[in-house]
Amino acid sequence: MVTRLSFAGTVGRVFVWSFLLCLVVVVVYPLTWMVLNGFKTNAELFGNPFALPLQWGWDNYAAAWNRGVSNYLTTSILVTVTSTIATVFISAWAAYGLTRVNIPLSRTWAAVILGGLMLAPTVALVPLVKMFQSMGLYNTFWALLILYTAFRIPFTTFLIRAYMIDLPREVDEAAEVDGASRWTAFWRVILPMCRPIIISVVILHILFAWNEYLFAMVFTSGTEMQTLPVGLTSLMSKHGTDYPVVFAGMVIAALPVVVLFFACQRYFIKGLADGIGK
Amino acid sequence: MLLTQPSERVGAVPVAQAAGTPPGRRVRLPRRGIRRLAGLAWILPALVVLAVFVYLPLVQNLGFSTMEWDIYSGSQEFIGADNYAKLVRDPIFWSSLGNNVLYAVISLAFQVFGAIVLAAIIEGIRSDRWRRSLRAIYFVPSAISLTVAGLLFYFIYEPNLGLLNHVLEQIGLAAWAQPWLGQESTAMVAVIAMSQWQGFGYSTLLFAVAIQRIPSELYEAAAIDGIGTIRRFFTITLPLVREMTGLMIIVTISGAFQVFNEVMVMTSGGPNNSTQVLGTWLYRNGFVRNDFGYAAAIATVIFVVTLAIALVQLWINRRRRVEW
Repeated sequence: MVTRLSFAGTVGRVFVWSFLLCLVVVVVYPLTWMVLNGFKTNAELFGNPFALPLQWGWDNYAAAWNRGVSNYLTTSILVTVTSTIATVFISAWAAYGLTRVNIPLSRTWAAVILGGLMLAPTVALVPLVKMFQSMGLYNTFWALLILYTAFRIPFTTFLIRAYMIDLPREVDEAAEVDGASRWTAFWRVILPMCRPIIISVVILHILFAWNEYLFAMVFTSGTEMQTLPVGLTSLMSKHGTDYPVVFAGMVIAALPVVVLFFACQRYFIKGLADGIGK
Repeated sequence: MLLTQPSERVGAVPVAQAAGTPPGRRVRLPRRGIRRLAGLAWILPALVVLAVFVYLPLVQNLGFSTMEWDIYSGSQEFIGADNYAKLVRDPIFWSSLGNNVLYAVISLAFQVFGAIVLAAIIEGIRSDRWRRSLRAIYFVPSAISLTVAGLLFYFIYEPNLGLLNHVLEQIGLAAWAQPWLGQESTAMVAVIAMSQWQGFGYSTLLFAVAIQRIPSELYEAAAIDGIGTIRRFFTITLPLVREMTGLMIIVTISGAFQVFNEVMVMTSGGPNNSTQVLGTWLYRNGFVRNDFGYAAAIATVIFVVTLAIALVQLWINRRRRVEW
């Protein structure tokens, strides 16, 4: 393995490594602190912020769980799973239609769908609130499902489309010879071939939906409908003095995505690179 | 949502022809037309969802920004450009815009240029295991949400139990300890610093991927020619990740004008509105003060800025294509 840039000289190397390791501490220490604080009592927390917990117990986690985190977690999982499915399928259909089906005004439709990439969610916020109130969708699961899907379709379609364009034409012809309908060709042939990009967009969508805050904050209220990011801030304002419980809640919120990252790092990195690189 | 099932066959022979009728234009054209229209079913769900929930609100927003509008009583009154006139005279609008610009500038320094240097250093490490571990460790803050990171730093900056002040005391800089988020002079920078902590690993990872794509022969040849590390960075690495750099600059600036989450979680725009950004100022005016027309006017500003940035990107892309 030939290195791209190697740092000659002991001094240079020592300097570079101490910099890199300092940065590791700056990243890891606050995270460790967060996890440790989830095990402390309030008195310990205020007493000495550097100390280890005196007793390792799950009390704070149980308290966080009972004070709403179980609801937030359920809503988060539900919204993330359903919006991922909806976004990926609608986007894959659109990408298929734009790249492999001969439809009128194809370029115009592509511009309309991909143009959505340029629009910031904040801009649509005020009219969306009015719209969802009049539709009776305000503070429902559907509000988040619809918004997370609608605002991610352009990006997801963009990525899947870029991948589908490169698939050889012969694939469709072979399916045609076998007498497959378009619907079958999409499900049995094209979609399986798009597996790598589908994994990438699924990961990117999970990362987005799990962590989204703006829509979740504006369109939901009350423990029943809030997702984890918003729920955590309510946990904070409702039980503001009981900080260790808040820390426990933060760990519960952060853990799934961190685990997902380490479990499928390769796909994760590929997904992020696809997300921005193409 | 699974309502479209376009089921016509792939390039199937037109029915008329298959049935043995001579391929007369009169028979074929309408059928092909119908079939092509049926193909629209594939993109229809995406189009409908986008039209109703993305494009329509965007247009409505322009309309709302010309109104005096109370969402609770439902009263709406056309007031023309008054909201925009109010915007120009609103000092907090301007300081919010200034904070967005500050956000963009600092993020460019750390998450674009800092990240390139860091990625180059990491990719220069001989050990594959170290390269991998460092990239992964630096990325973890980006996997946890801005909300969790924001709350974490709220506690880190907290004057009594916060890590930052205690660390400063330990290393003999007790005089520097202060209520970071509680005073106007430091609050904005403290929020932006958190955001750099949260985001630098993400851009470093992306630059690392871009650097990996550079053919190693270039570095070998340069090494043989006796070109030093730093010059190699400037003559090989930097020019060859130019495309990624351009993209990251656009994404970073555009993101800086949409900041909302971290400010909301850490300061809600305070103290004394010193950390308001356009997003939080919009929220405050619309959802706290019930002045939705004014909020819509602020949204229009965000729209214009982000659209302009996106158009610059399109323009650069197109120009590059011509150059090639």
